[in-house]
Amino acid sequence: MRRGGTALALLGLAAAVAFPLLTTRVTWQNAAILMMMTAQLGVAWNILGGYAGQVSLGHAAFFGAGAYVSTLLSVKLGVSPWLGMGAGAVVAAGLGVLVGTPCFRLKGHYFAMATIAVGEIVQALVNGSDALGGAVGFNLPLGETGFWGFVFNRSKLPYYYIALGLLLATVGVNWIVNRSHVGYYLRAIKDEPDAARSLGVSLTRYKMIAMILSAGLTAMGGTLYAQKELFIDPGSTLSTSLSIKIALVAILGGAGTLWGPVLGAVVLTAIEEATRIAFGGTGRGTDLVVYGALLVVIAVFQPSGIAGLFTRRAPRPPAPPEPEARFP
Amino acid sequence: MSAPLLEVRGLTKRFGGLTANEDVGFTLREGEIMGLIGPNGAGKTTVFNALAGFFPPTSGTILLDGAPVEGLPPEAIAARGVARTFQIVRIFRSMTVLENVMVGAMLRHRAVPKAAVVARETLDFTGLGRRAHDPAAQLTVAEQKRLELTRALATGPRLLLLDEVMAGLTASEVQEAVELVKRIRDRGIACVVVEHVMEGIMPIADRMVVLENGRKIAEGPPAAISVDPNVIRAYLGEGYLAPGP
Repeated sequence: MRRGGTALALLGLAAAVAFPLLTTRVTWQNAAILMMMTAQLGVAWNILGGYAGQVSLGHAAFFGAGAYVSTLLSVKLGVSPWLGMGAGAVVAAGLGVLVGTPCFRLKGHYFAMATIAVGEIVQALVNGSDALGGAVGFNLPLGETGFWGFVFNRSKLPYYYIALGLLLATVGVNWIVNRSHVGYYLRAIKDEPDAARSLGVSLTRYKMIAMILSAGLTAMGGTLYAQKELFIDPGSTLSTSLSIKIALVAILGGAGTLWGPVLGAVVLTAIEEATRIAFGGTGRGTDLVVYGALLVVIAVFQPSGIAGLFTRRAPRPPAPPEPEARFP
Repeated sequence: MSAPLLEVRGLTKRFGGLTANEDVGFTLREGEIMGLIGPNGAGKTTVFNALAGFFPPTSGTILLDGAPVEGLPPEAIAARGVARTFQIVRIFRSMTVLENVMVGAMLRHRAVPKAAVVARETLDFTGLGRRAHDPAAQLTVAEQKRLELTRALATGPRLLLLDEVMAGLTASEVQEAVELVKRIRDRGIACVVVEHVMEGIMPIADRMVVLENGRKIAEGPPAAISVDPNVIRAYLGEGYLAPGP
């Protein structure tokens, strides 16, 4: 089973590396880039929302932090977006600590609601700030092209491989966390926080570790988005519907599993592209309809996500009858 | 004799107008088993939650090796060698039996392979070794209680707080649990045992503390406690007091 999983992952990787060589159609390459960028966000969200069970519906704030920090540094100071990507991750991690300090005291739905508020606040602040481009946003200059400038206008291929690399790095961080004591502690916190505390696990400390990793990686996705689109505004990088999409990708595929969010991104991007083709320009808002419908379907039929369909459990003999509880 | 492992003095806990514990005090030496009994609502679990750091006491002191620990958070108290179980089991349902115990072992052994070895040894000690790779959620209630105890034991405690680990068990399961608590004591780990199952606690306790309405009404060896008029009155009411000799 485990060996099969590794083989499957290697096969997927080989297919991903070879894909652009098989098709030169830009639309296909674009769809694949979009798919990997979406997957990367879902995988990053998964550390906090999946493993630690702290469902955030404000991750666009971290995505936007990455997009805005690298863009501002590059537009105003001429700093390479690669350095900006690191700076954006640091700023987003700091924002995460700021958000987590009060919000990690909240449980369940209340945490999710607080993160929606944080996302809305950040969006409103950027909308109202001239220094941050306000509602108009920024056009990134086509100045320095090539690797160091992080702008590629001849071919989509560099973006493709950067997106793939970032996705693999994010999956790698998840894999390491999952196998270390941090991963065990996060799952313990998700299952039974009080029991975890009684075993010496500091809830704040480990939720914060998850937050810092999740926010930082999400911000790196934001920088990649800015460099690929060469245009950012609050609507495209800070919206609540983006936050919901990030969470949905992970939940659809299987929150708390290593590859679930990748599967979720494949399915969600395919559906989105299909509706876009079907409805064209008249279909504004259909993505929201699709998200809503998917959420209902997952909640009702498959709470463990798509990945849950593939985790086979060996059939077991029924448990022996439980002793009758005695009430003294 | 050196300082006691645990010393509780004047422990009082109020929830608004309700006084759950009033001026409770006792001491516990290393490797001692203390039974904490009393009718429902006597405040046993509140004492537990104060000892384990879940509810800071309103007033009073809790000394562990002579150092005050009242008001410390649960994770800090666990690090000082106090482990607990819960009255209603709180196992990690998404994990296997082994993984549950590994989370406990990680308090002293951060490296995952080492934690797995310690967890496995602890499971063998408590007799759950053959269930190591089963999903924890598939255990019976009796096994889940044992798993919680194993998980607490894997943190390497010096004091173990057991909250009704024998409730709801069959007679033979109670017997197994009694043997297990004795073997834990033989490792030098002190235990405070909250229990309603008298045939479970009476044979193993070195000392009993009886609570009623949040106050300590009796303390002593089990044989003396079982004939203590105050205790009989608390459990059965005035009319059941045996006539004097």
